[in-house]
Amino acid sequence: MVCDNCGAGDAVVHLTQIVNNEMSTFHLCEKCAAEKGLETAPEPANFPLTDFLAQMGQEDTAQTPSSEERCSFCGLTFADFRETGRLGCPHCYATFEPHLRGLLRRIHGGTQHMGKVYLPPDPSATEMEKRLEALRRKLQRAVDAEDFERAARIRDQIRTLEPAG
Amino acid sequence: MEDLTTIPDYGLSWLEASGDHADIVLSTRVRLARNLQGHAFGPRARVNDREAVLRRFRESAAASSNAGKGTLLQMADVGVRARRILLERRLVSRDLLGDADKGPPLGAAVLLTDHDPLSVMINEEDHLRIQSLVSGLRLQDAWSMVDRLDEDLGQDLPYAYHHEFGFLTSCPTNVGTGLRASVLMHLPGLVLTKEIGRVLQGLAQVGLTFRGLYGEGSEVVGNFFQVSNQTTLGKTEEDLVDHLDKIVRQVIEYETKARQTLLRDARAVTEDKIWRAYGLLRYARTLSFEELMNLLSGVRLGASLKLLPGLRVYTLNKIMIFTQPAHLEQAASRDLPPIESDAHRAAYVRRILATEGDVQPGSSGDDDDSARA
Repeated sequence: MVCDNCGAGDAVVHLTQIVNNEMSTFHLCEKCAAEKGLETAPEPANFPLTDFLAQMGQEDTAQTPSSEERCSFCGLTFADFRETGRLGCPHCYATFEPHLRGLLRRIHGGTQHMGKVYLPPDPSATEMEKRLEALRRKLQRAVDAEDFERAARIRDQIRTLEPAG
Repeated sequence: MEDLTTIPDYGLSWLEASGDHADIVLSTRVRLARNLQGHAFGPRARVNDREAVLRRFRESAAASSNAGKGTLLQMADVGVRARRILLERRLVSRDLLGDADKGPPLGAAVLLTDHDPLSVMINEEDHLRIQSLVSGLRLQDAWSMVDRLDEDLGQDLPYAYHHEFGFLTSCPTNVGTGLRASVLMHLPGLVLTKEIGRVLQGLAQVGLTFRGLYGEGSEVVGNFFQVSNQTTLGKTEEDLVDHLDKIVRQVIEYETKARQTLLRDARAVTEDKIWRAYGLLRYARTLSFEELMNLLSGVRLGASLKLLPGLRVYTLNKIMIFTQPAHLEQAASRDLPPIESDAHRAAYVRRILATEGDVQPGSSGDDDDSARA
């Protein structure tokens, strides 16, 4: 890409300006950028989600769903997902689960959620126990941090869930 | 049409420069992404999905003491300039406003709670984005506020949740906790000593990422960096928040050391840069927003190093917000073409610095050798 200013140098500085709420981008070579008093900022560590998605198609054809495979709830195909990087609805996670697991592992380093446990209306005993476990861990943390106001609130949450007696 | 002037200072408590390390850390934000079962996510949601999400959210929020009464603003009912003001105050995202031609997506709304720094965006990329924006480095406080409101809403709303993947989100990079915690830092010392590259590389190695002032895809302006967690799945919310807190404190230490190095090895040049920046801000007749941000960076460094005595960080934070285009237009009560906008900006800065940021050269003690000689 050539410099927008001199038309000769190789553009290395990409300046986004917001003027009157309108965004415009200039591409400048190092010399012109220096003349304008701009310093070269380091490249941001981009999150290569699209790279991941592109790779998925290449390296593991056996595991890649056919582009025809479609979420029965929202109609999203895996090809749509690969294009936009966005899933269509909660049901997509079940539809594409085996393929998503690999992707999630690459993005997050694992697939098992360790955070808050959501309790659906009418929970099963296992769901209750999981929720309680997570709350107890949270309580311990609050106590360790001597955040007693928070600890008291979590203790109340635990009490409402624990079986009486 | 909603009139934002009835809540003129809304959402600006993060300007007050009150939290820890407020000279280096402007603000802390924590947000949770949540979606409701049985409805397509934002980008694929249909009219009835969007309406249902908004209706269900309103009902649940009304029952939550943590949401308070609050003000629910539907983007379609808010004037164009007021929408831009919300964006400039960082209370709504660009996505929520939609593109310029089509306007906001149906059902796009924001709830500004009575508990000032806590708000919820509705019908964004995810159905709900619960967020808290506070001054200085206050990750625990921000997380705690968001957590409480989420607990209230979760008792009533059928969240989309997977036993293994956790809370489900439109983008797989948010799945699990749905938590993104970010800290807006001013790091001129590291930029001037050219240490910033190494620090940013280090952030990537410990699972953090950085962006410019206006979030995803934005450029770094005025040496402001937003540092946030990269992953959202596989750790507890508290672990994510604590980890970010720990690393940000390290970066503050590096920045402080870099500033000491500047004062030790390049005091004259540093002081010159700071005073030139102050002089330009104090007397310039036109200022583009970008030029302003770069000058403010120098002046902010000067205030932090006590080289510009009497200048408060709060004043500088205020200048940053009120000199954005929609804020200037609001003050002028009319649209401003770019050239006029730059003149209004410079006039605002001159006025504010004259009334609350007047710094006398020489009052810092050792910067006026020639006069004494």
